Amino acid sequence: MLDNLKLLFEYAPIMNVQVILDGIFVGAVFALSAYGLALVWGVMNVKNLAQGDFVIVGGYIALALYEYLGIHPIVSIPIVLILMFAYGWAVYKLIIKRVIGNDMFISLLATFGLSLLMQQVMNLIFGPEVRIIDPKLPIYEFFDFVTVPMAKIISLILAAIFALIITLFMKKSRMGQAIRATAQDARAARVLGINTDNVYAFTFALNAAICGVAGVLVSMIWVLQPFYGITYSLRTFAIVTAAGLGNLPAVIGTGFGLGLIEKYTSIILGVEYEIAAAVLMLLVVLMWRQIQMRKHRQVVR
Amino acid sequence: MGNPIINVENVSKSYGGVKANMDISMKVEAGSITGIIGPNGCGKTTLFNSIVGYHAIDSGSIKFDNQEISKLWVGDIARLGLLRTFQQTRIYNKMNCVDNMQISISHRKGSASKMFASRKGEIKDRAEHLLEFVGLYSKRNLISGDLSFGQQKLLEFAMALMNEPKVLLLDEPTAGINPTLINGLIDRLRKANEELGITLCVIEHNMRVIMNLASDIYCLSNGKMLASGKPSELQNDERVIDAYLGGH
Amino acid sequence: MPRNKLFLYLLILAASILGPVLFPSFTQQMAILWVMILMASTWDILGGQMGYNSLGNITFFGVGMYISAIIQISMFYDVGVYTSAFGAIKPEFTSNQYFIGLFFGIIGAGVGSLILSLLLGFIVFGLRGPYFAIGTLGVAITAGQITGTIDYIGGGSGISMPFFPGDIYFRSIFFYSLCFLLAASVHLILRWLYATQFGLAINAIRDDEDKAEAMGIPTLRYKQYGWALAAFFMGCIGAVFGNMVGFIEPIEVAFPTPTFGIFMVAMALLGGKGTLWGPVIGAVLFHLVKETTWTYLLGWQYVALGLIIILNIVFFQQGIMGWLQTKFPEKFGIFIDDKTHEESRVAMDDK
Repeated sequence: MLDNLKLLFEYAPIMNVQVILDGIFVGAVFALSAYGLALVWGVMNVKNLAQGDFVIVGGYIALALYEYLGIHPIVSIPIVLILMFAYGWAVYKLIIKRVIGNDMFISLLATFGLSLLMQQVMNLIFGPEVRIIDPKLPIYEFFDFVTVPMAKIISLILAAIFALIITLFMKKSRMGQAIRATAQDARAARVLGINTDNVYAFTFALNAAICGVAGVLVSMIWVLQPFYGITYSLRTFAIVTAAGLGNLPAVIGTGFGLGLIEKYTSIILGVEYEIAAAVLMLLVVLMWRQIQMRKHRQVVR
Repeated sequence: MGNPIINVENVSKSYGGVKANMDISMKVEAGSITGIIGPNGCGKTTLFNSIVGYHAIDSGSIKFDNQEISKLWVGDIARLGLLRTFQQTRIYNKMNCVDNMQISISHRKGSASKMFASRKGEIKDRAEHLLEFVGLYSKRNLISGDLSFGQQKLLEFAMALMNEPKVLLLDEPTAGINPTLINGLIDRLRKANEELGITLCVIEHNMRVIMNLASDIYCLSNGKMLASGKPSELQNDERVIDAYLGGH
Repeated sequence: MPRNKLFLYLLILAASILGPVLFPSFTQQMAILWVMILMASTWDILGGQMGYNSLGNITFFGVGMYISAIIQISMFYDVGVYTSAFGAIKPEFTSNQYFIGLFFGIIGAGVGSLILSLLLGFIVFGLRGPYFAIGTLGVAITAGQITGTIDYIGGGSGISMPFFPGDIYFRSIFFYSLCFLLAASVHLILRWLYATQFGLAINAIRDDEDKAEAMGIPTLRYKQYGWALAAFFMGCIGAVFGNMVGFIEPIEVAFPTPTFGIFMVAMALLGGKGTLWGPVIGAVLFHLVKETTWTYLLGWQYVALGLIIILNIVFFQQGIMGWLQTKFPEKFGIFIDDKTHEESRVAMDDK
């Protein structure tokens, strides 16, 4: 560990650039799926523990399209979007709809069960080996030590574009407004004629689509494995918990922040500690909240 | 004047812009029944919440039995002998009535033997006795969540008695109760005060009830203490009448 | 104890003893059944009875497993040397060494896990609902990951446990008995515990924690005790399981969070959480389904289990015991009794 620290700060400070860039690239994907989670959480009060698995599924769909139909991942994004949207809609209608009103833990456990199911199906179809897609794009080198694959740059750009589209959609479109109205007060929305069930279905499906896109990006810049989903789920929870629900800029910022934290942890302590860093961030934020609330004699709910 | 068991001095509390309590001072005499009245939204429940530790106060002091409690937690305050009932009646809704009662014993001397005490015997007896006192004995084995609202209110009251508190703060005890049952409840409140020696502090909207029950009354309006005194004094107080009828 | 309850227990005892005798090839599966029963029952202390749904109880299982391994090995050899010589050199443990090591290993595992639960409790017991669940889940996942980095205890390759001194038959009966004893102990302890004020207190926390606090119940203490109890036994059974399997490894054996970690929750839910027998029934059913689907569905087994879990959560949340309670409330003591207090007292005295 000390050696790694020395490497970063004494011998080759230029490596910091690499770590920071890697952190940003991966953080963009985190931020995207965190946004989706915040959406579902804020609108339907469903804490989707299968979030990470939706991401991985998206990645695997891109993988399948690439291997069997030769479609490049970037091109496959619209297809994945549609497929994941449909999938999300189906999951809502079959499962989520029935557990929304309930005891909070039931909805959490339902999504956890879904996560288990999805992981196992993916394991059966694709096997437990780690898979990646070679995007066959150029890799740039700077300053001798810094390598930046074009794929990562494109991924960042795509993530940004996508986030922008979603934000515009939420602000301008009728459905976007309906979603925001329902999030604020579902009963009032119903009184005003909004079909909240459709809104919920759309929101959940939209989240699945967002995750799907994030998954495609992951397939290009990172790795896919059926059981990695849960680590993504934990990360997105950590981000949303730290940033708060309503605050889009904070979610994005925290997403990048976590990416940086993870990459630095990875360099200094080792790859296995990445998820430990995310969990630690989650626990630290929650502890901090507790301490703050104690001043007001309240508890964190 | 006797010894005030609750001494509220210059307490203020705001919620993001709304000044719910402004410089409130109040004394509750030990062994008495004190009433708190005032139009809706004047800050009565907020005052209760401040006293029992539900939220922090912005300024002022609250003393219970001469001990400063304004920085203590709800649990600590309850263990000192200061309990409250809730406006929306809170009970353990998946447990039956007897169990609700049994777990409501005082936890002041929390010893290990008490933690693991068996559920038969003296505690159960006392629980059943109190259930009979409030008229719920025949329903004692039912799940409390299945009781009617009025019955749950009685259960909550019985649970408070089980705890043998020194002071009990009751938040609108007659609200939502069938008028024919109100007299019964008043009787029980009086008995709890006279026979069991529990000091009561009651928020009430029902003037007939509170004027007959309480020996001292405090009237709040718009977050401030408007008037205080004996029931007869307040009944004829212009300001109190205005606060209710004049209503802003 | 009423006659029919005693009869039921004797029946179970008889079946437990006869099981491995009549079906020796299934002994390990039956041992695992006891492990599942223990896992579901201990989970339910916090989960069903107290309303604190931990998704990370498996942490104690794995921690116990590793603590025991370290104790067992370190008593006679150097752990670092042992683990790095993985496969190449297999040191011998004499019969005495093995059993003494195992004895201290199991106790150390239980105590170690208990201490861990107290430490973790400081961090997570201020959290409610989903945050508690996710926080504990994160801890479990992290435990698995970090254990894999520590080469001293075998890292990602794991540890090959000391060889059992005795023939295969004796070995299987030995571990079966340990699992049975631990599971039975848990059940009897919980049976007693739930009938005391403790049982009421944790139920009160579940039903309305704020009300419990407002009534003066020291909720933190109950949470700590409950989790400590669960952690102790999870640690012990982890130690036994590690030795029974013979080989321990962080992700698949010690901290299998996405499988056994959630299975314990599913079992308690299936049988009816918050009841004494619910987790037991749920574990038995779940285990049966799991074993039979292995034979017929092979790879699709976990998919089937996942489906069952979802169906259970969505359509059958109250579980079997919960359903029975709504169907036959009087059998569970829920009825209106029109006698007065005096009459009941007299009636009780007469019995």
